[in-house]
Amino acid sequence: MGSDTAVKLPIYMDNHATTRTDPRVVEAMLPYFGEIYGNAASRNHQFGWAAEKAVEDAREQIAKLIGASAKEIVFTSGATESNNLAIKGVAEMYREKGNHIITEVTEHKCVLETCKRLEKHGYRITFLPVQKDGLIDLNQLKDAITDQTILVSIMAANNEIGILQPIREIGKLCHEKGVLFHTDAAQAVGKVPFNVIEDNVDLVSLSGHKVYGPKGVGALYVRRRNPRVQLVAQMDGGGQERGMRSSTLNVTGIVGMGKAFELAQQELAEESARLLALRESLRTQIEAVLDEVYVNGSLEHRLPGNLNMSFAYVEGESLLMGINDIAVSSGSACTSATLEPSYVLKALGAGDEMAHSSIRFGVGRFNTQAEVDYVAAKVVEVVKRLRELSPLYEMHKEGVDLSKVKWAAEPANQ
Amino acid sequence: MAYSDKVLDHYTNPRNVGTMDKNANEVGTGLVGAPECGDVMKLQIRINAETKVIEDAKFKTFGCGSAIASSSLATEWVKGKTVDEALAIKNTDIVKELSLPPVKIHCSVLAEDAIRAAISDWKKKNS
Repeated sequence: MGSDTAVKLPIYMDNHATTRTDPRVVEAMLPYFGEIYGNAASRNHQFGWAAEKAVEDAREQIAKLIGASAKEIVFTSGATESNNLAIKGVAEMYREKGNHIITEVTEHKCVLETCKRLEKHGYRITFLPVQKDGLIDLNQLKDAITDQTILVSIMAANNEIGILQPIREIGKLCHEKGVLFHTDAAQAVGKVPFNVIEDNVDLVSLSGHKVYGPKGVGALYVRRRNPRVQLVAQMDGGGQERGMRSSTLNVTGIVGMGKAFELAQQELAEESARLLALRESLRTQIEAVLDEVYVNGSLEHRLPGNLNMSFAYVEGESLLMGINDIAVSSGSACTSATLEPSYVLKALGAGDEMAHSSIRFGVGRFNTQAEVDYVAAKVVEVVKRLRELSPLYEMHKEGVDLSKVKWAAEPANQ
Repeated sequence: MAYSDKVLDHYTNPRNVGTMDKNANEVGTGLVGAPECGDVMKLQIRINAETKVIEDAKFKTFGCGSAIASSSLATEWVKGKTVDEALAIKNTDIVKELSLPPVKIHCSVLAEDAIRAAISDWKKKNS
């Protein structure tokens, strides 16, 4: 199965967590750690002008990838801040118009927690469920919109299961109803085609480090016409970024994000086809050998590089331990700080045990076919070994229906 | 999370993996935990009716590395012990031996439960 000797260990295949900064991005950033160190807000000398030009160039590069105009890009520290600013900023600005916000249960924590905070401040939040394939039901969304609804926030691509929501249709519906539409597109932009006009979005959260740029920099697209979106700033200060986000700009990071977005635009078509082929190679190699493996969520509406699989009767953390020369992540409770299995996988309704048995593979720009072959072979080997060790697999093979077994309760201290 | 060398050793070379005939009179079976909690341990022991000594032990575990190590260690420890001696094994002994961090203490509790459940199954069969 492929040439194992060609791969360098460990293999990084966790590209939804973060991506390696592209060497071309690092190259572009270097001068801004050195001789070009001005503050982009210094209007009266050359140091400031040089920094400002770099920021404006990056703004253009970022706007271009999503079909926006440069003036609609507000720089932030990352997608978490962008999501906070979009949702809280709209909530505060449009409070008199209404107090209802709609989101979905599989959003990133920074959206869910932001909404929960608003709930404490008198806003009403609808958390839409998702279907078994991970997609929201558009009719449910339609029914949830009231005359009090000011914002719908639905992510473009999910960070765990890679599911692509029908944002174009969601945006159309929102615009028909006169409701603003925000999407967290941190995982989607640069991976799949995205256009703020065609996709009918009003606010878009973007991240640098998910697209082979640096960490600590992000942006928020804020639509300027049809409709013109207004926000209440969530941080007080010098009024940078047209008053929406105070703080001295992270020039080096912004330059890197700009370069990363430029590269993504140039390489998107070719790269997404290549990643899809690698992802499918990984999936089919695993499925060809192992029984009882399941892809979590729709395979069709999915990021090209994402594969989230459950290996029934094998616990995720023990699987990670066996493939410790491969960096991936698991929805198993044991790998999380809270000891709760992934809420995203639970939302698909497959049962907690499938969440405990899940692995998220994130194939990215720097992965090769040889690495995919190595990962597939290693996963197969370790799953087989752990199933030999699994009382559940043994019972399954004996024909026991595990859902009918009366299990002894967990120890009281857990 | 970093694992202790002993956990890694039991995970890589688990001792006494296997299955005994659960219907045999001399065999006690303990099945504890639940799939939705992410841990299920099956521990089986074969007991000499005369001496009350545990002559053999086998396990299978669905769970994290610490759960596998805890049950693997439990089989090692119960072998050669009498039923009463095995009942004296405490989860804290397992925690200490494997250097389990606080979030993994439940794995040791489950292993202790498995020993008790296996012995109680054997007692029930032989009462």
